Amino acid sequence: MAQPKSQSRSMKEQFWDPVAGFGVTFRTMFKKVVTEQYPFEKQPTAPRFHGRHQLNRWPDGLEKCIGCELCAWACPADAIYVEGATNTDDADGEGRYSPGERYGRVYQINYLRCILCGLCIEACPTRALTMTNEYELADTTRADLIYEKSDLLAPLLPGMEQPPHPMRLGDDEGSYYRGEYGASAKEGDS
Amino acid sequence: MTTVPEKTDLVTLTIDGVQLSVPKDTLVIRAAEQVGVQVPRFCDHPLLAPVGACRQCLVDVPDAGNGRGFPKPQASCTLPVAEGMVVNTQATSPVADKAQQGIMEFLLINHPLDCPVCDKGGECPLQNQAMSNGRADSRFSARGGVKRTYPKPINISAQVLLDRERCVLCARCTRFSEQIAGDPFIALVERGALQQVGIYEREPFESYFSGNTIQICPVGALTSADYRFRSRPFDLVSTPSVAEHDACGSAIRIDHRRGKVMRRLAGNDPEVNEEWITDKDRFGFHYATEPDRLTYPQIREDGELRPASWPEAFAVAARGLSEAGGTGVLTGGRVTAEDAYAYSKFARVALGTNDIDFRSRPHSAEEAAFLAAEVVLRRTVTYADLESASTVVLAGLEPEDEAGMIFLRLRKAAGRAGSGGGTRVVSIAPYASRGLAKMHGQLVRTAPGDEAAALAALVAQGEFGIDKTAVILVGERLATVPGALSAAAGLAARTGARLAWVPRRAGDRGAVEAGCLPNLLPGGRPVADAGARVDVGADWGVDVPETPGRDADGIIAALGSGELGGVVVGGVDPDDTTDPAATRAALEAASFVVALELRETDVTRAADVVFPVAPVSDKAGTFVTWEGRPRPFEAVFSSPSSLPDLRILAGIAEELSALGVGRPLGFRTVAEARAEMEEMGPWDGERAVLGGSETALRPSSTTEEAGAGAPSSTTEGHFALATWKLMIDNGSLQDGDKAYRATGRAPVARLSPTAYDAHGPTVTLTGDRGSVTLPAEPAELDDDVVWVPANSFGNGVLADLASPGSRVTIAKGADQ
Repeated sequence: MAQPKSQSRSMKEQFWDPVAGFGVTFRTMFKKVVTEQYPFEKQPTAPRFHGRHQLNRWPDGLEKCIGCELCAWACPADAIYVEGATNTDDADGEGRYSPGERYGRVYQINYLRCILCGLCIEACPTRALTMTNEYELADTTRADLIYEKSDLLAPLLPGMEQPPHPMRLGDDEGSYYRGEYGASAKEGDS
Repeated sequence: MTTVPEKTDLVTLTIDGVQLSVPKDTLVIRAAEQVGVQVPRFCDHPLLAPVGACRQCLVDVPDAGNGRGFPKPQASCTLPVAEGMVVNTQATSPVADKAQQGIMEFLLINHPLDCPVCDKGGECPLQNQAMSNGRADSRFSARGGVKRTYPKPINISAQVLLDRERCVLCARCTRFSEQIAGDPFIALVERGALQQVGIYEREPFESYFSGNTIQICPVGALTSADYRFRSRPFDLVSTPSVAEHDACGSAIRIDHRRGKVMRRLAGNDPEVNEEWITDKDRFGFHYATEPDRLTYPQIREDGELRPASWPEAFAVAARGLSEAGGTGVLTGGRVTAEDAYAYSKFARVALGTNDIDFRSRPHSAEEAAFLAAEVVLRRTVTYADLESASTVVLAGLEPEDEAGMIFLRLRKAAGRAGSGGGTRVVSIAPYASRGLAKMHGQLVRTAPGDEAAALAALVAQGEFGIDKTAVILVGERLATVPGALSAAAGLAARTGARLAWVPRRAGDRGAVEAGCLPNLLPGGRPVADAGARVDVGADWGVDVPETPGRDADGIIAALGSGELGGVVVGGVDPDDTTDPAATRAALEAASFVVALELRETDVTRAADVVFPVAPVSDKAGTFVTWEGRPRPFEAVFSSPSSLPDLRILAGIAEELSALGVGRPLGFRTVAEARAEMEEMGPWDGERAVLGGSETALRPSSTTEEAGAGAPSSTTEGHFALATWKLMIDNGSLQDGDKAYRATGRAPVARLSPTAYDAHGPTVTLTGDRGSVTLPAEPAELDDDVVWVPANSFGNGVLADLASPGSRVTIAKGADQ
């Protein structure tokens, strides 16, 4: 059965087509290379890429997170764990970490579970939780992939002060939320 | 709440085009539920009187039953049904729907949008009903309206916090405090938009039931200092359970997260606690997470306790017990029925003794006989019976402090209007407490020690005549009064009144049923009855010892004198026992002490082997209420290192049998113990007779002591001491929540006005065990009687002041 088949092939099929195939290879040699040399060269992501989370601060350094757990509730993968606690203004208490009554004392995101869907960002009522473009979320132990609040908090920018400290930008949380603290201070968001 | 369905007149009406018949006087809002329409509501609560405060439940009534309709929408929570009435709810009537949306808009004008930080967010009726029956947009804030705000939160009590701006003025909390708890210390003050819940300046909101106001608040206006901001309702897991703090068996709901209890709420059990629980049941759960909780077995080596493995501890305990000679068992009153059964079987099967007693408090041989004759297996009185009884006699029992649900039932029963009035409450007590006044009760003023005579006199008394519709509730404190329990039994027998024994602790009644008494075997089998012994012995495969054992005081005395060498102690606090010093000395004197405890105590510090036991949240079990009603519950957490008492006793018994002593218990899990108890069943033979078995008991020191201390001779300056434990006191199961403790009543000594005038506002009481200085308060007591709370100062009355039944002297307090 093989004999008649090879005889049926035309001359073009036998000789031109293999050369034409190499032509594709040859042409590609002059094109721009698409291979990325990750991790030696790192490429910027799309601007709204869903990367590692960040807990933002107000311009005076207070945390935006109010410990409401709505992110944990929104999370379809059950990756977020939050415990709230009360801010205190008197000297003997824990101190003030956020404007208003309540702050997130414990904040953990488990990146073994997180699918980076961004529903937590949508749920956050104070824009405390946003996502950065950081995508290098690999580690060697499981425990290290549970990010604590200290890992997630935004860095202190100039003019910010490490909480706990009293509200510097207004008398109550309302002035923070309404943005009444003046044009001089910029948003703390990254 | 009666179980017998009453024949009532039915009224036929039409709701949303559906015709239905409901009993007369049903409110329209409940009738609507029967046709499947949920009318939104805030102020309406089935157990509170209707008030129509929130106006959210407006419905259209085109025909009020007389052919004419109401011109405006009506509040369905205050509108009783009428024959031929036509009601259109929001489901069919645009008028009602628009009215409800308008009310919702009004309520939301000043309600803050702080749902993300509000503890109620996620389980909030206002949130839910704003979604289902409110407008999507607010016209108020769209036009730049500014919400009224208050500084928040403010403390109503140490535990209850109020966010005034969240309040929708439904008055549920004030109505609960007034109608149910009888502590009307909060009320609505001011008018209009400034109306708010206020407190009296001089009367703090000190109510034992204040936590219920938090639970019934339909918004997040009332929160507890304990739970505030601790978690959100949507990540809590709820497990139904039973409260472990008193003998009422209240249904509770335990909300927990990641192996920690976050809060406890009242369950809904109309036959037991309705929808209320005491603050002790609600807030008293931190004891299980205190830092001194025992987590591993310990054995004593060279005088020091060191950690040990479970098998090693079992083996050491077994060896020690087998060498100790005679061994007694003290279980304490907090064990579940299954654990009590294990203790009972352990004593008889592994140790071969009847020296077992659950009573870690002043008690008497008479009480043991009374329990065997009148209490065990009897289920004569229920909560519902309290409501239908004509008269309820309280003897040695202060329900508000010692059995909160009985107090609420009696208050409800006594306050009920209607034919013949409500239940009449008669209390045999040294003075008319605030609790008795709240139950509209009458006092038979009785000096401590005279209760027996007062009970006996009741039958002849015209004013408080007792007949067979009456109920007699005797508290465990009556055990210290010689003859009082017999008098109560006699009174019940003569009049046909029903009798019930109300202990303080959750495990007491279960321990009676399980035979943790020197004269009782499980299922109410008397030790003195040969047939009963054979019955139990055949089940267990051993010969049950035939002599009744020693009671707790007897065991303590025998340990001190060396008659007994070993002792197995469950959750017993030496300060609760008849003689704390003697108990401590006995634990020192004992050659071998095995302690099964939750937390480090004086007992574990003196013990040779310490086993950690599971708190009730870690084990399944059954509590038996004072009625005799079993209240089974399942474990909330499964913690493999936290074992119930019965597993530990089974481990020791197995090691003992390997040493040739006794037999193994034959069960290792709660389910197996339950099955075995089920199989054994209750005793169907002759029960012990009060008075008959009394003589069979070995005399204990208590009866003599109490007998000697009976107030026969009144010497000048010597006062008879009346005392009981307040609900919120220094009990070790109430540790760990400062805000809760702060809601307790301050300890005061109550004196007759004459004595108060003589000694002034601060008095020093001196008894045979010490002296204490307390602020004094005048009350209607006998001139030679003084009342102090039993466990609200120092180590308690028994340790720091006086032995039971003894007298104290009073001097002017110097240091205040």
